[in-house]
Amino acid sequence: MESIINRIDKNQFWKFHGGIHPPEQKFITENKPIRTLPLPKELILPLQQHIGQAGDLLVSVGDTVLKGQPLTSSAHPMAVPIHAPTSGKITAIKDSTIAHPSALKEPCLFIEPDGNDTWVKRNICNDYTKQSDSDLLQKISDAGISGMGGAGFPTYVKANTSAKIEFLIINAAECEPYITADDLLMKEHSPTIVDGINILHQIIKPENVLIGIEDNKPAAIKALQNATKNLDHIRVCIIPTKYPSGGEKQLIQILTGKEIPSGAIPSSQGIVMQNTATCFAIADAVINDIPLIRRVTTVTGLGLNKPQNVWALLGTPVNFLLEQCELHPHDKQRIIMGGPMMGFTLPSGNVPVVKITNCVLAPSAKEISDESTEVECIRCGQCADVCPAQLLPQELQWSAKAKDHQQLETLNLFDCIECGACAYVCPSHIPLVHYYRIGKAEIREHKQQEIKADKAKIRFEARKLRLERDKKAREEKQRKAAEARKAKMNSGTVEANNEMSAVAAALARVKAKKAQTSDTTSQDSTTEAAAKPKNPQIAAAIARAKAKKLANQVTDNSDITAEVDKTVEAKVENETPTENTADDKKSKVAAAIAKAKAKKLAKEQADEKTDVQNEITEETAVNDVSEADSKKAKIAATIAKAKAKKLAKEQVDEKTDDQNEIKEETTVNDVSEADSKKAKIAATIAKAKAKKLAKEQVDEKTDDQNEIIEETSVNDVSEADSKKAKIAATIAKAKAKKLAKEQEAEKSDNSQPDVEDTKAAEKKKRIAEAVAKAKAKKQQRLELN
Amino acid sequence: MSIIIAIIVIGIIALLFGALLGYASIRFKVEGDPLAQQIDDLLPQTQCGQCGYPGCKPYAEAVANGEAINKCAPGGEETIKKMAELLGVEVQPLDENHAADNTPKVAFIIEEDCIGCTKCIQACPVDAIIGTTKQMHTVIIDECTGCDLCVAPCPVDCIEMRPIETTKQSWQWDLNSIPVTQVD
Repeated sequence: MESIINRIDKNQFWKFHGGIHPPEQKFITENKPIRTLPLPKELILPLQQHIGQAGDLLVSVGDTVLKGQPLTSSAHPMAVPIHAPTSGKITAIKDSTIAHPSALKEPCLFIEPDGNDTWVKRNICNDYTKQSDSDLLQKISDAGISGMGGAGFPTYVKANTSAKIEFLIINAAECEPYITADDLLMKEHSPTIVDGINILHQIIKPENVLIGIEDNKPAAIKALQNATKNLDHIRVCIIPTKYPSGGEKQLIQILTGKEIPSGAIPSSQGIVMQNTATCFAIADAVINDIPLIRRVTTVTGLGLNKPQNVWALLGTPVNFLLEQCELHPHDKQRIIMGGPMMGFTLPSGNVPVVKITNCVLAPSAKEISDESTEVECIRCGQCADVCPAQLLPQELQWSAKAKDHQQLETLNLFDCIECGACAYVCPSHIPLVHYYRIGKAEIREHKQQEIKADKAKIRFEARKLRLERDKKAREEKQRKAAEARKAKMNSGTVEANNEMSAVAAALARVKAKKAQTSDTTSQDSTTEAAAKPKNPQIAAAIARAKAKKLANQVTDNSDITAEVDKTVEAKVENETPTENTADDKKSKVAAAIAKAKAKKLAKEQADEKTDVQNEITEETAVNDVSEADSKKAKIAATIAKAKAKKLAKEQVDEKTDDQNEIKEETTVNDVSEADSKKAKIAATIAKAKAKKLAKEQVDEKTDDQNEIIEETSVNDVSEADSKKAKIAATIAKAKAKKLAKEQEAEKSDNSQPDVEDTKAAEKKKRIAEAVAKAKAKKQQRLELN
Repeated sequence: MSIIIAIIVIGIIALLFGALLGYASIRFKVEGDPLAQQIDDLLPQTQCGQCGYPGCKPYAEAVANGEAINKCAPGGEETIKKMAELLGVEVQPLDENHAADNTPKVAFIIEEDCIGCTKCIQACPVDAIIGTTKQMHTVIIDECTGCDLCVAPCPVDCIEMRPIETTKQSWQWDLNSIPVTQVD
């Protein structure tokens, strides 16, 4: 311990492995002061600018915000808020391209500055030494400070360490070429930085504070030495310039000789490291109550006329910075955020400056070679010589290309700090770091997947267990209930006996009911059957009518049907003698057909259609008592009946209006040939028809049915001549009514939205759609099967 | 005489070791099939059933008993490679019958179309769908394995499989889009 301090005091430092000496290029900006820029037209603030979690929004679109007003907040320990960099109006909150190589979009706040730069009320703290540690930590947290060196780790988390800290190291190395932001900050604001260091010292209470600074910044070193003249616990350590001495582990090794083990954090070795810019921000936050709303950014590169360090408000679009520094773009102008070694090419110029943006580099065409073709590795081993993490870059590269994740981990890929030294020295221009980045991302994703798979497995097993348990529980419950019932019944008490008898009675009832239903069905068919064979001739007629129906179908119900009717009738007349002398066999066959028909009818009209059956049987009865010469009429009637049936069937589709018309005409033709009796029969047919019609209109009111029936009955008593017309009329009426009903229903469907809420209608529609979809799906499935 | 002594000694030793082995086989008995367990650990645990087995574990058991290793579509080539390594068999291309689009997806319920039938809830192997009868259902994205099993039972087709959105965390570097940064 003492020896470390002794060595530091003697300016003897340790060395880390490897490292390179790229051209520093710091001369471009190091001699110019930090410039304050005018307000940009628009500020874009990504909600998440650090490692961890984004906070919850505190403002909404249209709000006017004041400078320094917090915009997000979160109780999450890894979340720090963001603040309004200036006063103005929030114009939008939407996804926008962020400063990340992926060019992904993340939620951002858009602020239009009002130009007044009005501050919120601030509490200036004159003596921070009197504040408690927790107050100071709270202030640091509330100010939204996260590591400004590159990673963006929330500072208060790092400062709030419970471990005993030996060294607080302030990283002022700034080893990356081009960048001079910390250099300038130290030159101009050393006292404030030292204030920040003192605040950290007060919170962390380390034994020693070391400021590590490379020897290529003499002015900054002088400024720091001046500021720490009277502070014995702070040592300014001037280290030799070498890339990447600003890496956390590298700087620790240089200053203390300690190596941080793979996967460990410095505080495990009693070391905490903070960046100079972070110290400045801490001092600003604690003393002046200025949250982190601006930072020094080096805008550099030979592609600019006026490269300079600037005070950039967080959220300033990179384009605005480049404009201010007078970019003269060439054809393949690249804009790099961060340094040339570790930075990344920006996807567009419209990304904002965030808390970790220390440099915006606009190189000229010659400055940074745009493309260098990768060639085969020649195994020169230079990469291994320069690797500051003592890895084997070329081995890693093979494994990364082969996607051998296991080997990559064995080679400690995750210790790679992506400094780019290996790629810098590679004579084959192999973009080594990119291979490592890809490898790292893949391994990380893989681990995520594994975690997810484990979770899924656990959930799957748990579900299986649960289902089994539920099943068992259900069975157990049922078994128990059954047992309880049994036990209760067998207990022999009066109640149990009553229950038992009740159960027996119920069983008996059920049985009886069953018997009854089967009885009635058989009775129905027998009555039908009994009625029919009485008159074999009629039965035969029915059979013939069926044949005619078939014929009708064939001839497509055209006008010819009338003729066909006639011919069939003629035929029937011709056949009558045969019919009269017909043997029982024929009639039996006919009867069987009739029976089958009746059965079919009964089935079709399963619920409440027995009325129609009765009607038909009545008709048949009427036919039974009629005279022999009225046979023709009867035949016609049966034909009509069959037709009516057919009609009814066809009407289900509601498409056959025209056909119906034709049929009616045919009926009319039939009827015209007959005498008044015939007409009566026709009337009854019409009645049956009407009834059937009414039935089909199940949801229609019975009033209409009654009306139709009434009308038909009225027609019955009217004169024979006018009957025809009337029947036609009633049919037409019934039809018209039906039509009207349908239209009404449609109308009511349409008019409902006016009366009711449109929402309800929409819902109905959706439900209908859903049902239709479901039906379609079912059909599809059936087809598939 | 010496032969008899030798036989007796060898016999006693044999008995001793026999007893030892017998004891060990009872005392250190391994429950379940360790090979199936190892295979199960390699499988992606989507429980999708695309392999023809009801879940990853049954398939792992089947593989342990000689089933082809190339039936896991969600696992893809990588899983096949690992299984081949574990079982000491040759790597086979993914079975054509089981080849599927391998991009990670999660189920998404179009909530305004959901009629609350709970059919998808019953189908989900990892209980990643919440909801109840006549109430809208929704998918817990973090728990969804993208197994596809809830899509077919939906009577109104309101479930679709959507690719998982790329975030900063899950984003993959694309070598072609970023040129090497080198300083002269």
